[in-house]
Amino acid sequence: MAITTVHDATGRDGPPRGGAPQNRPRRPRRSLLPYLLLAPAVVLELAIHVVPMLVGAWMSLLELTQFHIRDWSTAPFVGTENYRMVLDLDSAAGAELLHSFQVTVLYTVCSVGLSWVLGTTAAVLLQRPFRGRGLLRALFLTPYALPVYTAVITWSFLFQRDNGLVNHVLVDQLQLLGDRPFWLIGDNSFVALLIVSVWRSWPFAFLCVMAGLQNIPADLYEAAAMDGAGFWRRFRSVTLPMLRPVNLVLLLVLFLWTFNDFNTPYVLFGGSAPEQADLVSIHIYRSSFKTWDFGSGSAMSVALLLFLLLVTAGYLLLTNRRRNDA
Amino acid sequence: MRETTAERWARRSVLTLLTLFVLVPLYVMVSSSVKPLQDVQNAFTWWPRRPTVDAFVDMWSTVPLGRYLVNSLVVSSVAAVLSVAVAIFAAFAVSRYRFRGRGLFSVTVLSTQMFPGILFLLPLFLIYVNLGNATGIQLYASRTGLIVTYLTFSLPFSIWMLVGYFDSIPRGLDEAAQVDGAGPLRTLFQVVLPAAVPGVVAVTVYAFMTAWGEVLFASVMTNEGSRTLAVGLQGYSTQFNVYWNQVMAASLVVSMPVVAGFLALQRYFVAGLTAGAVK
Repeated sequence: MAITTVHDATGRDGPPRGGAPQNRPRRPRRSLLPYLLLAPAVVLELAIHVVPMLVGAWMSLLELTQFHIRDWSTAPFVGTENYRMVLDLDSAAGAELLHSFQVTVLYTVCSVGLSWVLGTTAAVLLQRPFRGRGLLRALFLTPYALPVYTAVITWSFLFQRDNGLVNHVLVDQLQLLGDRPFWLIGDNSFVALLIVSVWRSWPFAFLCVMAGLQNIPADLYEAAAMDGAGFWRRFRSVTLPMLRPVNLVLLLVLFLWTFNDFNTPYVLFGGSAPEQADLVSIHIYRSSFKTWDFGSGSAMSVALLLFLLLVTAGYLLLTNRRRNDA
Repeated sequence: MRETTAERWARRSVLTLLTLFVLVPLYVMVSSSVKPLQDVQNAFTWWPRRPTVDAFVDMWSTVPLGRYLVNSLVVSSVAAVLSVAVAIFAAFAVSRYRFRGRGLFSVTVLSTQMFPGILFLLPLFLIYVNLGNATGIQLYASRTGLIVTYLTFSLPFSIWMLVGYFDSIPRGLDEAAQVDGAGPLRTLFQVVLPAAVPGVVAVTVYAFMTAWGEVLFASVMTNEGSRTLAVGLQGYSTQFNVYWNQVMAASLVVSMPVVAGFLALQRYFVAGLTAGAVK
């Protein structure tokens, strides 16, 4: 049955119509067709994502240094040696990775939190029609639509010590600071990176929350207002609960994108990030391509993926359980 | 449900602050692009005192911007069109058929979003290089390699959005077509696709934007001949000089088309996100 259904379907189209209608299935039950339709997508995902990932996992078990990069087959199998090296907190490599991990966690928490707050605020404030609303919506979405490198290059100009806008405003115009601080090296670089990241990603939160708000029936607000609920009360009792499904997905996606962020530090700092803003992605990139040690680079990548998998699984479990309890 | 005076002023001041936050960098991009080089190298000024279009002329010769632009255009357009074509078939299968592995497919495709790019960058780089050495198919440092890579980047989200669109098209239409003797593919092309045109256009623009803005793979997988804008724009900062006015001019020029496309189609993105999130 399963094998013949495709012919079945075409065969039944063949005979002249007019037979008993209940004999003609509307759709073959187990056709090959959906699999054929999916095949290109599956093949591409396998070739570009899954296979390289497996190769990466394999590479993380090899001593794949510059001596073996031309011909992998000569790279000796070292088992978990790379993992032991990069995860050993007493070694220099391990300590650097831990530091970079801590920076990334702080960066992600701050960036996702701020982006969500700004995006939700803007979406709620634009919920009701007023003059200029369409214009503001378009303006707020622009940072997300800009190619990431043009946005970040512009910010790196703003943050220039001598000819940038930030120091001009803070030092020359408001005279809040005496000296012209550096923004792209040293302690300030984390703040600079965070500002750029929030500027780039809050419009996405805005877009998603806006889409979610459209699904909230207006009479819910009417009823709440009738009961005397003020702005905050309506936000807490109507908007937030109704936005829950959107927020669950939004926060997860923002978390994953921000944690894996490479583009922002890479363009902002021009290839290598200062220690204070050394995100994991750029840390792995730099240590792989500077030293040509792809084995330990792969080990760090695999460890990163495992960490993200764990967090995601925990997040999904936690949020699903709460939904079932409710 | 009237807005109190306090609420109105709170709304206005918050929106003003957000507007400034978004607008100031955009303003600097535009205003600096019309300043002469000397003015962007000295202390910052809000207003271009000697406006000039020199930067828009010089930027083509400081770096081979034209070549980068062509590379980006070719790579992004081809990747976008191919990605959407692949996504249409996949989304049609997910939306219209119940088959074994349907759930697994959706989960797997979406979870590729979570992979750190850096994880498959290194292996893919080595695979492309070795494939080139072994078979002569040049994927490393070629536009083809970038196209193949980029088209998979936008694929998961494109499929997700298109499933949302297809689901919103009443099945009654499919069934009517099938009663008239249309096969599945004719149903897709003559019934479902025409009804989903806005969604397909929005997804195409999204796929184009994804490829147009990608930095990580472009920085490793290209050489001087196949370099795209994402890497090429860094050429304006040399060891001795940063041509900030030209960087801003070039940024403005390469941003315009994608920003315009995105803003023109924004409500379809919202619709697609809503359709996807409802499930």
